[in-house]
Amino acid sequence: MRVAMTVNGSAHDHDVEPRTLLVQYLRESCGLTGTKIGCDTSSCGACTVLLDGESVKSCTMFAAQADGASVTTIEGLAHDGELHPVQQAFHENHGLQCGFCTAGMVMAAVSFLDENPNPTERDVRLGLEGNLCRCTGYHNIVKAVLAAAGHDMGIRDKAPSGAASGGAAT
Amino acid sequence: MTSVIGSRLLRREDAPILTGSARYVDDLPVAGALHAKIVRSPYAHGRIRSIDTSTAAAMPGVVAVFTGEDLAGDFAAPLPCAWPVTPDMVNPPHWPLARGEACFAGDGVAVVVATSREVARDASESVVVDYEELPAVLDIEDAAADRVLAHADLSGNRSYTWELTPDPAAVDAAFAGATHVVRERYVQQRLIPMAMEPRGVCVVPEPYGGDFTVYSSTQIPHILKIMLAVVSGVAEHQLRVVAPSVGGGFGSKLNVYAEEALCLALARRLGRVVRWNEDRSENALATTHGRGMIQDIELAADADGRIAAVRVHLLADMGAYLQLVTPGVPLLGSFLYTGVYDVPVMSFTCIGVFTNRTPTDAYRGAGRPEATFAIERAIESLARQVGVDSAEIRRRNFIPFEKFPYASAGSLVFDSGDYGPALDEAMRLAGYSDLRAEQARRRDTGSTRPLGIGFSSYVEMCGLAPSRALGSLNFGSGGWEHATIRVLPTGKVEVVTGTSPHGQGHETSWAMIVADRLGVPVEDVSVLHSDTAISHLGLDTYGSRSLAVGGSAVYAACEKVIAKARAIAAHQMEVAEEDLEFVDGEFRVRGTPASTMALQAIAFNAFLAHDLPEGVEPNLTADASYDPTNFTFPFGVHIAVVEVDEETGRVELVRYVAVDDCGQQVNPLIVEGQVHGGIVQGAAQALWEEATYDEQGQLRTSTLTDYLVPSAAEVPSLELAHTVTPSPSNAMGVKGVGEAGTIAAAPAVINAIVDALAPLGVTDIEMPASPERVWQTIRAARTGTGASAPTASSTGGAGAA
Repeated sequence: MRVAMTVNGSAHDHDVEPRTLLVQYLRESCGLTGTKIGCDTSSCGACTVLLDGESVKSCTMFAAQADGASVTTIEGLAHDGELHPVQQAFHENHGLQCGFCTAGMVMAAVSFLDENPNPTERDVRLGLEGNLCRCTGYHNIVKAVLAAAGHDMGIRDKAPSGAASGGAAT
Repeated sequence: MTSVIGSRLLRREDAPILTGSARYVDDLPVAGALHAKIVRSPYAHGRIRSIDTSTAAAMPGVVAVFTGEDLAGDFAAPLPCAWPVTPDMVNPPHWPLARGEACFAGDGVAVVVATSREVARDASESVVVDYEELPAVLDIEDAAADRVLAHADLSGNRSYTWELTPDPAAVDAAFAGATHVVRERYVQQRLIPMAMEPRGVCVVPEPYGGDFTVYSSTQIPHILKIMLAVVSGVAEHQLRVVAPSVGGGFGSKLNVYAEEALCLALARRLGRVVRWNEDRSENALATTHGRGMIQDIELAADADGRIAAVRVHLLADMGAYLQLVTPGVPLLGSFLYTGVYDVPVMSFTCIGVFTNRTPTDAYRGAGRPEATFAIERAIESLARQVGVDSAEIRRRNFIPFEKFPYASAGSLVFDSGDYGPALDEAMRLAGYSDLRAEQARRRDTGSTRPLGIGFSSYVEMCGLAPSRALGSLNFGSGGWEHATIRVLPTGKVEVVTGTSPHGQGHETSWAMIVADRLGVPVEDVSVLHSDTAISHLGLDTYGSRSLAVGGSAVYAACEKVIAKARAIAAHQMEVAEEDLEFVDGEFRVRGTPASTMALQAIAFNAFLAHDLPEGVEPNLTADASYDPTNFTFPFGVHIAVVEVDEETGRVELVRYVAVDDCGQQVNPLIVEGQVHGGIVQGAAQALWEEATYDEQGQLRTSTLTDYLVPSAAEVPSLELAHTVTPSPSNAMGVKGVGEAGTIAAAPAVINAIVDALAPLGVTDIEMPASPERVWQTIRAARTGTGASAPTASSTGGAGAA
């Protein structure tokens, strides 16, 4: 069947099997391999993209369901050689190591900040719950997202009372 | 010039990743590739009576279907175990596809090769395998009893017994004379590494001459090249191995896997590109697991709680086969069961046994987290017996600063350490007395959310390794690392390293080392790696070795470049070499500061070779193979703070303080990143993760919905600090840091939970401390049916929530 959509501003139209997932369409038909496949249960979030501006895990839907839609992948985020503020914040805060979760994590963060431009640390942690990372322990990812939103990491919304909050001393 | 060493330089690796242009194996565009799909045994143990491939082979798009017997002539040797830990170690042959007998659920028995991934998958479901189901052994202690055999033709399940007991009589005497004796048993549950990138392989036959390029998501391209030559029979010089971007390893990509050997054999047989990528659930079954041990530890101590001896017996689960370093993993921990403590004597015995489960192998820390867990849990029991605080029992036993370099009871020499200041700093950062006050307040008011504070003071041995030391352990490789530096005619610098990064940022850190040593801008240095056609020599990345060994090789190559440049400069400036000093990238004549020659100019002159001193070869390049003189011994103190919800059993990790000492830091930004990730992986062992099996030997946790890798919502921000105690063993004073967080974290978290529940009489809880297990522990304590945790069957724990 033919499936057409706009990906990162460019028109795509490909003949695919009906069972083709959106993530396969992006990777195999469009050749946009920045979007990753990290699991087979929609748990890891490595395949997160924006569909008409909202984040979706592109392994949870068929390409056919995105027919006519506008999709943004990690390849479409930077403009004119300038990183998107979320990409830049991940770089400046060392929010990535091996990089396999990064595309999905960045796309999820872009969508999250769009919906919640002024989050607390807890908001960020809950907002990124659907994206797994094995390298960073999330510390610098959360820091990057808060930085992208104009926060620093001084916020602690959950320390036992009476406990001195040390903060990063290094 | 201010040194770039120690600065928080942002990573040069980031841009390609952040823009989606970094290519991992599955991203490589290779025209005309065939796709392989492995048919795996659904039984934990089964005799293969017959395999009918005819239906699958007839499906449109299927190129070939092979069984293990079909490919019997395609392999020169079974998959390798490079660490025969004892001369009599039992190592059943492990072929890329099983022949006659499948020994774990997930063991490959056939392979379908097709024109697309989908066709290969569809066809694999039409391969009909007739099995005779055999009894399976799934429990470590059961395996040791030899009631059921993991391999039908072995006489027992024991692979080896390994001992480290320098002075048995002294250990017996210490126990005989002890005031306090602690005896504890801990279970290190099986873990699944779950690197975010599943494994992938793509083998490209070169158009003529019989050469092959193997792309693999591996930590060890150099070792893989040698081993694939041995297994496949393809001559080593006809193989090139490339590790493109690799999405995390944690030890799980430190191996020579069936699929790598299989894709090579298929590409050779079919003359076509063959690629394979595993699904996540396949990753959980077919990629090595970690941990999996029962630990019996005993401490002998005097009346003040000073430890006189440590005795350890391990029963370690090898799984169904010995993979690359499977048998050696528990041994890597053997030297560390005395921890950071001044213990005169120790004894250690490990029995490795086969079970019908996925093979185990290195997983972040590899033996050292297990050892640290045992000593850091046992010392809490000792503190309780002696009646002193957790901090005090540690302080009493710390190896004193004056004793470094310290000859340990396990026959190692700890290079440097200063443990007291790390403890002080951790307690200060945590606000220890305030925490204890808050804990008391909650206890006094009958809060149902008690607070617990847990310590872990660790030392680890890393920077694998002095080749001589590896030789004494019968490890099948040296431990050196190689680097090449080329100062190019235009003054730019290329560095070739034998390390193979997969997230650790070597391109950034190695460029910093070279910029510092050669006095060139860091932007002028490029770092090449992970392709055996570019990096000819190397021993790759594992065991927190890359900086201490690979970085030291880079440093050593810089020294050679400087020495050669000095000879050329002296010749051309017509001065003696001793009259030249090398400062900020140029040679200066002492006492005549205006008379200088820059490294870049020397490089150009060395390239021209018009006027070189007698005996000096053209080009400003140098190679160094660096063999370390010792391991490095990073250390630190971590403090975990938890809240336990007594009504639900849920444990919340509310704070985590870590003070680590990895010697001189090259890039603190990267060091912190390593520690962050390590801590969460260690805490995940304590709280969430476990590979569980049902009674038939089916892995129950084969997806990320069942195997609980924590998300950002489960963990707090981490509070880090460091001390700096340089290693005397290498020129930069550096130690490793990749595994430190994981080594420290699990006992800190479990100690905190036990501390929270101490008023109920709880003294232990098995990992993972799932809500169900914590709740049952609390209930058992309250109803007086035993104060310690319900023991999990070793085929699977109380399922995590």
